[in-house]
Amino acid sequence: MTSLLSVSNLRVGFGHDPAKNEIVKGVSFDLAAGETMAIVGESGSGKSVTALSINRLVDFGGGKIIGGSIKLTRVDGSVLDITEAKEPVLEKIRGSEIGMIFQEPMTSLNPVLSIGTQIEESFRLHRGLTGRQATAAAKDALDRVRIPDATRRLNYAPNQLSGGMLQRVMIATALACNPRLLIADEPTTALDVTVQAQIMALLGELKRETGMAMIFITHDIGLVAGIADQIMVMQAGQAVEQGALSEVLDRPQHPYTQHLLSAVPHFESGRAARADFSRKEKETPALDVDGLVVRFKVKGSMFSRAQGSVHAVENVGFDLMPGETLAIVGESGSGKSTTARAILGLVKPTRGRFATHKGSITDATDPATQMVFQNPYASLNPRLRIDSILAEPVIAAGGRVTNETREKMKALLKRVGLPEDSLERYPHQFSGGQRQRLCIARALMLNPSVVVLDEAVSALDVSVQAKVLELLVDLQKEYGLAYLFVSHDMAVVERIAHRIAVLYAGQIVEIGNAASVLSNPQHSYTKRLISAVPSIDRRNQHFEIDTRQVPSLVRPPGFEPPEAQWREFGPDHRARAEA
Amino acid sequence: MSYLARRLLTFPLVMLGVSILVFFAIRMIPGDAITAMLGTEAGLLTPAQRESLAAYFGIDQPILIQYWKWLIGVFQGNLGISVIHGKPVLSIILERFPLTLQLALMSMVVALAVGLPAGVFAATRNEKASDLIVRVLAMIGQSTPNFVVGLLIIYALSAGFGILPTMGEFTPFLTDPLRNLGQMILPAITLGFAFAASVTRISRSAMLDVLSDDYVRTARSKGVPKRSVIWRHALPNALIPVVTLSGVEFGYLLGGAVLVEQIYALPGLGRLVLEAILQRDYALVQGCVLFIAFNFLVVNLLVDLLYVTLDPRIRLGEGG
Amino acid sequence: MGMLRAIFSHPSGRIGGTIVLIYVVVAVLGLFDLTPHNPLQQYRIDRLHAPSIVYWMGTDLFGRDVASRLMKGVGQSFLVGVSAVALATIAGTILGLTAAWFGRLWDGLVMRIMDVLLAFPAILLALLIIAIAGPGTWTSVAAIAIVYTPIFTRVVRGPALSIKSREFVDAARTFGSSKSYILTRHLLLNLVAPLTVQVTLALAWSLLTEAGLSFLGLGTQPPASSLGLMLADSRNLMETAPWLLIFPAIAIMISILGFNLLGDALRDILDPKTRSRTA
Repeated sequence: MTSLLSVSNLRVGFGHDPAKNEIVKGVSFDLAAGETMAIVGESGSGKSVTALSINRLVDFGGGKIIGGSIKLTRVDGSVLDITEAKEPVLEKIRGSEIGMIFQEPMTSLNPVLSIGTQIEESFRLHRGLTGRQATAAAKDALDRVRIPDATRRLNYAPNQLSGGMLQRVMIATALACNPRLLIADEPTTALDVTVQAQIMALLGELKRETGMAMIFITHDIGLVAGIADQIMVMQAGQAVEQGALSEVLDRPQHPYTQHLLSAVPHFESGRAARADFSRKEKETPALDVDGLVVRFKVKGSMFSRAQGSVHAVENVGFDLMPGETLAIVGESGSGKSTTARAILGLVKPTRGRFATHKGSITDATDPATQMVFQNPYASLNPRLRIDSILAEPVIAAGGRVTNETREKMKALLKRVGLPEDSLERYPHQFSGGQRQRLCIARALMLNPSVVVLDEAVSALDVSVQAKVLELLVDLQKEYGLAYLFVSHDMAVVERIAHRIAVLYAGQIVEIGNAASVLSNPQHSYTKRLISAVPSIDRRNQHFEIDTRQVPSLVRPPGFEPPEAQWREFGPDHRARAEA
Repeated sequence: MSYLARRLLTFPLVMLGVSILVFFAIRMIPGDAITAMLGTEAGLLTPAQRESLAAYFGIDQPILIQYWKWLIGVFQGNLGISVIHGKPVLSIILERFPLTLQLALMSMVVALAVGLPAGVFAATRNEKASDLIVRVLAMIGQSTPNFVVGLLIIYALSAGFGILPTMGEFTPFLTDPLRNLGQMILPAITLGFAFAASVTRISRSAMLDVLSDDYVRTARSKGVPKRSVIWRHALPNALIPVVTLSGVEFGYLLGGAVLVEQIYALPGLGRLVLEAILQRDYALVQGCVLFIAFNFLVVNLLVDLLYVTLDPRIRLGEGG
Repeated sequence: MGMLRAIFSHPSGRIGGTIVLIYVVVAVLGLFDLTPHNPLQQYRIDRLHAPSIVYWMGTDLFGRDVASRLMKGVGQSFLVGVSAVALATIAGTILGLTAAWFGRLWDGLVMRIMDVLLAFPAILLALLIIAIAGPGTWTSVAAIAIVYTPIFTRVVRGPALSIKSREFVDAARTFGSSKSYILTRHLLLNLVAPLTVQVTLALAWSLLTEAGLSFLGLGTQPPASSLGLMLADSRNLMETAPWLLIFPAIAIMISILGFNLLGDALRDILDPKTRSRTA
């Protein structure tokens, strides 16, 4: 088998002095026609830069190839060294021989051009098609990525389609001229997990149909199991391990690969669920939520009345015991964050009752309930010093900053694993993981009994995630904290949750013991969700393509959903009966 | 509510606010309304004449009724009578307006014709010497008041070539287009000078922003040639802030016309406002200000319409 | 201080900062009458004297020293500019901040009024105000302040709205922090950067407007001197005495350029987008 692409000792640098600022430090690999290679690594590992070097897009981002070669076997059989190719030659290769798709489908399509125009462009450039022929080709391309109603959608502007649909459009564009190599740079990271499964399935099918080779870049080693033939693991600009899929996954040699495979959360279908807590009889819950409803009025136009409301959260109820973690899982638009925000008083609930063990929450600002937010970069005021940031809850609760308070700050900083001198520093001097530790310390300043964690580790790198999760578990045991853990990431949830509530379209569809829900899901949505979670156990799995859409949450005025019917599936596991 | 509907709804509201402001501003002038309307000549009136005049102008009535009557008059095209010119305000304005409009449009053409290519050019030569030169020139251009530009042009022409560009009676475009354009080109350059500099700066930075956007990378990954990346993918997106700027700048052009018309002795609307203020011809001041604000608002509305056709995100409502 | 070092290590900050420093020194000297000659003194024998060692920038039609009048004029326009921008900043910050915070009716009311003010081309609004209150230094201050208030209101309201929806403000609400705490520590503190940039650019613009108004004879009144007035006086003499035109013209250009350059540099330095790129 001749290799399609042969990269040897590739080195790429950035900035005015690229040799001094090397991001990729000597990477080599071979890729045969029709083969898929996954490049796995965390942010800053150089995985994307490696990929962008292959079609030399790296030049436009301020990068420069300073060494090595990238030999591409072209359609006519000649071999070209991409590192020495001139721009006009590269323009011919891009799109026709090497296609590429990116992480953010929402921003990767030109907002002012219609989808049809953008797909047609590839045919115009590389196939010389014009007019009706180009349009017909674009329609076929949309059909190929299973977009229903393709003819009409050609005239859509990108902002009229969802993220998953846009990624399909991107794929259609990239594959328009049947390139022999597709570079996919984290193509599913920005998408919901069920949509991710769809895109992965589509890529798998197209690969079989066209026989193209693929370079698949991801931070999620679990995701590659389904699609790759070989894996390259990158860390700090170097390939620390490369080899065949099963070889690397089953017998990892390098410590970093071992770390990625063992320490980083992977979904294990409930086998890794926590079993360190059991409910006692007749205990008062730390938090009791009953019949929570949040609706947002849809504003009517100038000439008409309100057209109804978005039923963001519909009759959600649960209880949470001291020392217990309840995870609320769901995809975007499921209402999981709105539920968390309503409990903290950031969103006004339409109906519903919350109570902590101290009694019913009347005031939204109960010091017994604290929150940690998703984005560690936005949740600390950049202009305040850490001591002021940590003092804020104390001041808000009517206290004064005394020596005792400062002692407490220092103790908490130490407890979350930050140096004592952090108090005199500003947020921008900390990394994402450290900032999230600061947020946790701030949430603990008032000795809360409940901490709401809204996607608290989602923005962090996978190996940092594992450490923060560990810290959260330790703190929970130490202080007897109850966690309400809101997340879309099933692998993370499995590591921290005792119980799980699955939210779909604003309603709880399944709730119960974590191990039981994850290993034996009952509701069809839960099943779909769990089967979509990538896992290293499921190699080259065939995903079903399914174009179901999330139902609209907009209801006419006065609409009340029917009473839910529940079915029990064990001592602590119930699911909503489906109509 | 869609962006356009909201925009169309606010237009009359803002215009109403403008009319209130203009009407009551003139009433705030120290001294009584007769003085305000007749200017210095009011000093010669006897008390009896004043009273009959007050009744004639309706200023013995409550202020809100006066405003209402005035507003109805405005809708019927009655902006009052200029004391100095002895003619209806609207007819004087309409006489002078074409010149100012022509001046503003010509400066806009000058500014866009120079600024847009310069900005795009600088953005594609980012951080190179040619980019730096364009940026320095644009910075200087933006920092030079238009009347200073005008004075320096006049000085350079008169000292260097012995020409006085202000000479001669103004010729309307329809009478003698060539002569008219000859007379108008220097004022247009003067007025468009700083605007050209802003267009350069805005289009350069917009272009730079856009060139680092994800969809430009996508276009390159498809093998779109450089020229096409710039003109077809990047420029339409970079034009959006330039269009916004042009709408706002049109107001500055109408305002700046006051100074430029003064320097080049052009009988336009700007000079009319100035004369009216200096001669305390308040009905004329009121009419001119209202008229210019109305035009400015209309231009901004048109710019927003253009904006909407450029950017489907606004046309279709962001995120549904 | 870190800020000064940052300004002077930025290329346009270095030039802009130097110009602004010199400008302020000249303005203060002018305001305290520390000029080479008495700016009102008429040296009758030396009328329209070309620049020389005695008269650095020559004399005008009445034999007054141009350099001294220029310094006085710089002081005058500095006074007008700083007062006007200070007023506009205070008014705009209060209006913009409260509009963003309270939203609803108050926001609607404030922003509609600002829309009305913005419906007038800036110079025209200033002219209208001067038409009502009569020409003069303090009228110019008021006129420029009123013209610039809506711009400051918008500059404050936009970022204030976006900061209001940031997670650290949400966090503050979950603690139950008081409104005044959130407004001052979270909103205002984060608005300092955009406000600083806007103040610098507004100073450039107010110098421009002040010069324009006095050029038209509607700002500072003679015999007090201002750059705009000097330029107006130079119009009929520019062929015989070009120094009457050149020096004030250069002074206006350079001072506006200085504030513009400084404003640009500050925007680069204070903008978190560019800062995170370099960090």
